[in-house]
Amino acid sequence: MADLGADATGIVPATRTLPLAGFHGGSAAAVLSAAVPATRLSLRAGPDAVQALSGALGLSLPVQPKTSAFADGRHALWLGPDEWLVIDENEADLMAAVSASGALHSATDISHRNTAILVKGRSAAAAINGGCPQDLSLTAFPVGACSRTVLAKAEIVLLRTAEDAFRVECWRSFAPYVSGLLTEAAEDAGN
Amino acid sequence: MLLIYCPYCEEERSELEFRQAGDAHIARPTNMTEMSDEDFEAFFFLRDNIKGLTFERWRHLNGCGRFFNAARDTVSDKFLTTYKAGLPRPDVSTLRPATEATVETYEATESNAK
Ligand SMILES: [Zn+2]
Repeated sequence: MADLGADATGIVPATRTLPLAGFHGGSAAAVLSAAVPATRLSLRAGPDAVQALSGALGLSLPVQPKTSAFADGRHALWLGPDEWLVIDENEADLMAAVSASGALHSATDISHRNTAILVKGRSAAAAINGGCPQDLSLTAFPVGACSRTVLAKAEIVLLRTAEDAFRVECWRSFAPYVSGLLTEAAEDAGN
Repeated sequence: MLLIYCPYCEEERSELEFRQAGDAHIARPTNMTEMSDEDFEAFFFLRDNIKGLTFERWRHLNGCGRFFNAARDTVSDKFLTTYKAGLPRPDVSTLRPATEATVETYEATESNAK
């Protein structure tokens, strides 16, 4: 039998395969890369729980549409009046954090459901607008703005991390479609 | 592209993010077990399919995810207003300027086409 790297107990350690491992592309004006793994939470809660959850997460959960909060590698994105996407780039245990809040909420770990593509460059907005109908001008979509929206036929969550940089979150099964479409759009957006 | 104002996102967004979700303001009966079949049919299945001003549920599916209500002209496709779920039907007379009438026919719609 071939050596699969089994340890002394005969168990073969599983290796994690990222949906966009090694992906890079785009153009000089809109560079695409796969975001590093992160933990993610789909968080639902009423207005009464916002304060306690904010304390537990170490940031202020945003309550204004299209806004996000950021602290220490952790983002909280307003998706709806009672819904947030929490992303931790340091892969902290978000489920443990919110369950310590003591407030009534619903949380689902979606760390592996989503993956993210980073789009950076002076034509980053143009590349995303290749499939996304939102106004991405800096007045309508400033740094820190976020929104669940569409990229052609896929649902995405968009976060502007800098004037020329976006994080595009999509479900992992849509990653080949979203990355392929962004690649084409980034090339169209120029060099 | 048609823009629809979402009362929860508080801005106009592309129609691509929305789905229509049937008639608005349909009151769920409180005595469903005692209703006649005809009354249940009327509540559950029968809709007016109005030509002109209608009140509909819409959902900002690929946005905030919320259901809301809209007053829409089914002939011109124009959204006259949108409002949060649970709010009463707005006063029809305030929705449309007095000069603006429903465009009644395809020919009337197209005669102004440039
Ligand atoms: Zn909305």
